[in-house]
Amino acid sequence: MKPAAFDYVAPTSVEEAVAALSGAGGDAKVLAGGQSLVPLMNLRLAKPAVVVDINRVAGLDGVTVRSGFLSVGALVRHADLAAHPDVAGWPLLRDALELIGHPAIRNRGTVGGSIAHADPAAELPGVLRVLGGSVVAAGPNGSREIAADDLFLGYLTTALEAEEILTEVRFPALPAGAGSAFVEFARRHGDFALVGAAVVVALREGGQVGEARLCLIGVGPGPVAVDMGGLQGKPATEATWAAGGELAAAACDPDSDLHAPAEYRRQLASVMTARALALAAPRASEPRR
Amino acid sequence: MKRMTLHCRVNGEAVAREVEVRRTLADFVREDLGLTGTHLGCEHGACGACTLLVDGRSVRSCLMFAVQAEGCEVQTVEGLGTEESLHPLQQAFWDHHGLQCGFCTPGFLMAAAELLRRNPHPDEPAVREALSGNLCRCTGYQNIVAAVLAAAESMAAPRA
Ligand SMILES: Cc1cc2nc3c(=O)[nH]c(=O)nc-3n(C[C@H](O)[C@H](O)[C@H](O)COP(=O)(O)OP(=O)(O)OC[C@H]3O[C@@H](n4cnc5c(N)ncnc54)[C@H](O)[C@@H]3O)c2cc1C
Ligand code: FES
Ligand code: FES
Repeated sequence: MKPAAFDYVAPTSVEEAVAALSGAGGDAKVLAGGQSLVPLMNLRLAKPAVVVDINRVAGLDGVTVRSGFLSVGALVRHADLAAHPDVAGWPLLRDALELIGHPAIRNRGTVGGSIAHADPAAELPGVLRVLGGSVVAAGPNGSREIAADDLFLGYLTTALEAEEILTEVRFPALPAGAGSAFVEFARRHGDFALVGAAVVVALREGGQVGEARLCLIGVGPGPVAVDMGGLQGKPATEATWAAGGELAAAACDPDSDLHAPAEYRRQLASVMTARALALAAPRASEPRR
Repeated sequence: MKRMTLHCRVNGEAVAREVEVRRTLADFVREDLGLTGTHLGCEHGACGACTLLVDGRSVRSCLMFAVQAEGCEVQTVEGLGTEESLHPLQQAFWDHHGLQCGFCTPGFLMAAAELLRRNPHPDEPAVREALSGNLCRCTGYQNIVAAVLAAAESMAAPRA
């Protein structure tokens, strides 16, 4: 299996990369970690005329705590982010990174690539959406910030234009005192999940649920945000988490495919959500008087 | 550009070769350098047979273009040990029956080599996690895990 022939460019700046994309008339692909693009090219499901390898672009590999969010350069490898000391303050991100593939995949795969590829079962798009994060994209007309809620348009499709490159991913901090959890079910360790649930839970004084947020992966064309307002004010009990699972199942409309029928995915959405809520709540702290 | 000259080091030796840009690193080491210890099972990232080290980190060489290794240090299974003097991991695979047909073995050895370099005293779950991306159709994995744990021990022991 060999990829179809292509022209290769390895720019060293964002401007050069954007110029290379613009000059290719829409038939170029950005190459980051290659862990999703190269399989598609080897199978000739993707046959770009031009490959713009951004691995030598300077300034895309920083990890910085900013006011209220963690700024992650698009080229930061999954393994490097997981090992970064600052990620300790982003427990949901840390938990999700461990679930991505295998060591060799995480050594090459990038945070920007995971977001830009937008696989419906990828973990990081779910994390970005449940945290209400955003990305920065650079194009011929400069940079723009795109909110996660506006980014994921459908199966492997984002709001990025063909001549834009994603330069930075912004993961907001959890609300004060909130707990989080990422739970997923995969057939084999390291495989893409059939279904996963990213949750954030904040508790009120007295221990009832304050805010609860959920984003599901593997049950729709992209990460699916679910309104969990129905849990507000309820006690932090197993029954409440089960009710959360029912909300999740009712809110999603998965397709059947080779890996699992829709009914099974819906059942998994319910179970993964209930488990994630049960894990996240004890990690939340009640506000002090 | 459809062809380029690649400069890198492979198993410690400097290499400069013109390659087609679509050549994968796996095909480069196998076809251009004749280092056929690196195996190709699936050629799309699923099996781990093609695992080798680039700048000390395990990568699937079927998912990297050779030109991306410009300036890098590549280590293949040929760089691990020699037939006369096996690497402790290779010796342990032999001693513990960590292979049957051997097709997957180079990939397992390189993944394990990275693990032991980072974590010289892994426990069993750490070994399983490190090898989770490599498929073996023969052994059932048990003896591979045993071999890696034994290699860690023998590498820690003072040499006689
Ligand atoms: C065996 C295996 C198991 C895996 N398991 C998982 C898993 O469990 N969970 C998971 O989330 N992923 C998994 N992956 C995918 C892996 O995480 C990929 O690394 C990731 O999806 C894409 O990142 P990349 O850097 O490799 O991107 P590439 O493969 O280089 O690119 C992917 C796509 O994104 C575009 N792109 C990349 N970077 C940019 C950018 N900066 N700007 C604009 N466009 C860009 C490319 O043009 C391409 O279309 C797995 C992969 C393999 C091979
Ligand atoms: S041949 Fe590279 S992962 Fe299978
Ligand atoms: S020994 Fe045959 S595939 Fe592993």
